Amino acid sequence: MLVRPKAGILDPQGQAVESSLRHLGFAVGDARVGRLVELDVSAVDESEARVQVERMCEQLLANPLIESYEIELHPSA
Amino acid sequence: MSSPAPALASTTLAGARPLVAVVVFPGSNDDRDAQLALERLGAEAQRVWHDETELPEGTSAVVLPGGFSYGDYLRCGAIARFSPVMAAVVRFAEAGGPVLGICNGFQILIEAGLLPGALRPNMSLAFVCRDVRLEVAHSGGAFTSRCRAGQTLTIPVKHGDGCWFADAEKVEELDAAGRIVLRYAPGENPNGSVSDVAGVCNEAGNVFGLMPHPEHAVDPLLGSTDGALILGSLVDLARRLPAAG
Repeated sequence: MLVRPKAGILDPQGQAVESSLRHLGFAVGDARVGRLVELDVSAVDESEARVQVERMCEQLLANPLIESYEIELHPSA
Repeated sequence: MSSPAPALASTTLAGARPLVAVVVFPGSNDDRDAQLALERLGAEAQRVWHDETELPEGTSAVVLPGGFSYGDYLRCGAIARFSPVMAAVVRFAEAGGPVLGICNGFQILIEAGLLPGALRPNMSLAFVCRDVRLEVAHSGGAFTSRCRAGQTLTIPVKHGDGCWFADAEKVEELDAAGRIVLRYAPGENPNGSVSDVAGVCNEAGNVFGLMPHPEHAVDPLLGSTDGALILGSLVDLARRLPAAG
């Protein structure tokens, strides 16, 4: 799961990182800092896994008021 | 600014001392200060470990104190809201019982969905620890009954994640309903919160959260006794209410 501040929400961490990168000479803009959560899920198929992970994001991992999230699934053997 | 009543004076009125539960999470660190302040203001304050599934019998009010519950992992308050005791706190609040969240307690009440908005990292990204001046934006409510509207209070803040956020429409709605109870005075906002919000209450007015620490401003030795106006309002309210449980 990739959780990041929604567009339009002030992201002071992103601003600090952007400013630091500019000091290093990189021409960057609109830096946003989010968080990556990796975990193993037991599910019968991919769609069941997605439903579970969406519920995790809604209930705990993201605050829907200020954060958006994306889910990536990688089936294991 | 009245000095808090000495604890001894009120112990003689045992029946009149309302029981206030101060919830202790792993990482809470202002629970003893809150307990001491409430006792000096005439309450019987009992610390309640987060693993409890019920509040003590006879609880008239609940305080969620400041600290760094669960190391502030994920988002401040996000994990503490799932502590066993929080189900009991939510039931108590839904039944109309007064609940006060201070700093980390405010963060927990927001994560639990009992209060509106979100608390983000301070705009400066710096931890702030200093006295701030606050304005009582709304004095009719349960938690500011000892204050006048427009009164200025001096109470310290100490937090890294106190930047309260809600969209403009929500802020207008809360303001119109008198739910923005405390604002930082002009030029005092320590964290960049929207509309200088320092404390908000729920629709029914029985749940209130604020970033400043009233329990650290109840003795002239600490530089201010203005915190006693907030905590004293809570004790007054608890005294008037029938105890739960």
